[in-house]
Amino acid sequence: MTTAAAPPEPAVRARSARNLVDLVFRARELSLVIALAALVAITAGVNGNFLSGQGIEDILLNTAILALLAVGQSLVVITRNLDLSVGSVVGLVAFVTGDMLASGWGMVPGIVLGVAIGAVCGLLNGLLVSFCRVPALVVTLGTLYVIQGVGHFIAHGRQINAVDLPPGLLSLGNGSVLGIPYLPLITLVVMLAIGYYLRSYPSGREFYAIGSSPEAAGLAGVPVRRRILVAYLVSGCLAGLAGVLWLARFGTVIADSANGWELLVISAVVVGGVAITGGVGSVYGAALGALLLTTIGSALVVLRVNPFWQQAITGALLLLAISVDRVLALRVARLLRRRSRHG
Amino acid sequence: MRSIRMVTLTALLALGVAACGGGTTKDTVSSASPAAPASSAAAKADPNAPIKEGLKLAFLPKQINNPYETIVDKAGIEAAAEFKGEAKEVGPSDASASSQISYINTLTQQGHDAILIAANDANAVCGPLQEARAKGIKIVSYDSDAAPECRDIFINQASSEEVGRSQVKLLADMIGSKGEIAILSATANATNQNTWIEFMKDELGKPEYKDMKLVKVAYGDDDDQKSFTETQGLLQAYPDLKGIISPTTVGISAAARYISGSKYKGKVVLTGLGTPNQMRQFVKDKTVEKFALWNPKDLGYLASFAAAALASGQITGAEGETLKAGKLGERTIGAKGEIILGPPFTFEASNIDEFDF
Repeated sequence: MTTAAAPPEPAVRARSARNLVDLVFRARELSLVIALAALVAITAGVNGNFLSGQGIEDILLNTAILALLAVGQSLVVITRNLDLSVGSVVGLVAFVTGDMLASGWGMVPGIVLGVAIGAVCGLLNGLLVSFCRVPALVVTLGTLYVIQGVGHFIAHGRQINAVDLPPGLLSLGNGSVLGIPYLPLITLVVMLAIGYYLRSYPSGREFYAIGSSPEAAGLAGVPVRRRILVAYLVSGCLAGLAGVLWLARFGTVIADSANGWELLVISAVVVGGVAITGGVGSVYGAALGALLLTTIGSALVVLRVNPFWQQAITGALLLLAISVDRVLALRVARLLRRRSRHG
Repeated sequence: MRSIRMVTLTALLALGVAACGGGTTKDTVSSASPAAPASSAAAKADPNAPIKEGLKLAFLPKQINNPYETIVDKAGIEAAAEFKGEAKEVGPSDASASSQISYINTLTQQGHDAILIAANDANAVCGPLQEARAKGIKIVSYDSDAAPECRDIFINQASSEEVGRSQVKLLADMIGSKGEIAILSATANATNQNTWIEFMKDELGKPEYKDMKLVKVAYGDDDDQKSFTETQGLLQAYPDLKGIISPTTVGISAAARYISGSKYKGKVVLTGLGTPNQMRQFVKDKTVEKFALWNPKDLGYLASFAAAALASGQITGAEGETLKAGKLGERTIGAKGEIILGPPFTFEASNIDEFDF
């Protein structure tokens, strides 16, 4: 584009192709919004309380922690990796932070400690995956168990109770500012910051490049290992933050509070349109996925549907999301090929 | 592929070591005299036989990281000091059906006088327990029973009937026996929960509760988030709800935490089974007025004494025999070798600070 002599077509063509890809994947997020709107409309039609102030607050509160974890996880998944250890990190952080706060620590040091523990776990995952080149699935499965074991060791069967925690932390869990609860507000700020970074910074775009093709990204000069390390670090920090928020919200925690949540988080990410094969998707989609899964859970309860169906519906949704992704990807690839041939 | 499997295996092994290393032996009360060899089974009970010194007892909970069982076992270990015995707690890190078997086998080889077990599965532990009994080891089950033919005595925390009926009475007192009520249970297939719920339903059938209507039994799966969501759903789906009974410690604390921060505080009465430490905050902020539970410390204490009495030949586990249980006084052995701890205890603002568990 710096030389006037260059023919304009390739640039135009590239842009229109990119717009097309953008459009298709924005349609992906749009379809989530539509599904969500339909679900809320039906449920509210059956029971008006679903859309009352308390009802909306409940859904936002229920979503906050899952969405926060999904935002961190999507960063890792975009680089074609996986972080299975987040559930264990949340449990460990919730317990250790609770223990420290109960023994008289202040709020701020407590939160910092929680995020720091998450950062250490994330760093460990990142180093093993990026520098030791062990597959992410294996590394994070290992750290899932190790971190859980450490949690059990520290807790020794103890439990943190709401009465031991400072009132400030508990009000963080169910308090609000201008009618908006703190928890979703925190998630929103984190999501917007990471979303903006991924979209608008060159280094943010490199995460996508790595996920699309690690080899090509490496050849193009992208610091692949460093970016992957950062992705795990961020995921770990957010899991640490989520652990503190978990403590604030539930008040009562044991060693492995968020046991099994890693799969829920990955479900939210995939339903939200982040391709498990990397390179595609956004943190907004992931957060929307978390919102959709949570709303389905709440709606089924309000609609008095047998709870046994809930997991089956989540599973069906996952399969649907993956099929849609696959079909979209094939269609986009075909369109792009045709254009480059004819153009 | 092979290397992946190896690493997974190593990771899993690492977990096993980390988890077990954390809690294999929690506490050992030193005894005055060295351990006596396992006593041979006494054919006949001798109520006046003294409790032997230096008895070796082992508590095998469902899993070692369960706060409730930790309280029970600690109290049992402390009780052993009263009769100059030696007790310890060992157990698996997960509560699956088969996880206790290897522990039973090890304890049998170590020659303990009695094993106290909260069975994860009534039948899965049966074989190993029988082998232990064949070597003269006495078996006491507590909290969750093993099949009756595989143990000598079961310490039942409270009779299921009493728990179910007393919960309904507790709630009825607070809502004036009138209005819609719901139950927030654990999992849909939890045996103890379902037995209690059956008795609750039966109690609700009595004429004095004709104005109380059970509208829904919800399942929070003993998971914080799920119990939260289910509580929210109950309150939304049944706007006229007056009371909730949650006979599970996870359920009641999650429901209390939700109600304490919502507009339903003060409008919906919550009660159920919870521990004082867990519920203290919510009793103080007036979300919850009263709730019940047996005293888990007494449960461990009674189990410890029962094991000692069995191993000393004071009792054999036959119906009608009397057990002298230290500060708890006497308990009579009922049908199928069951001893009932007592009625559930009601906690409220005036007495909650006397308890720390």
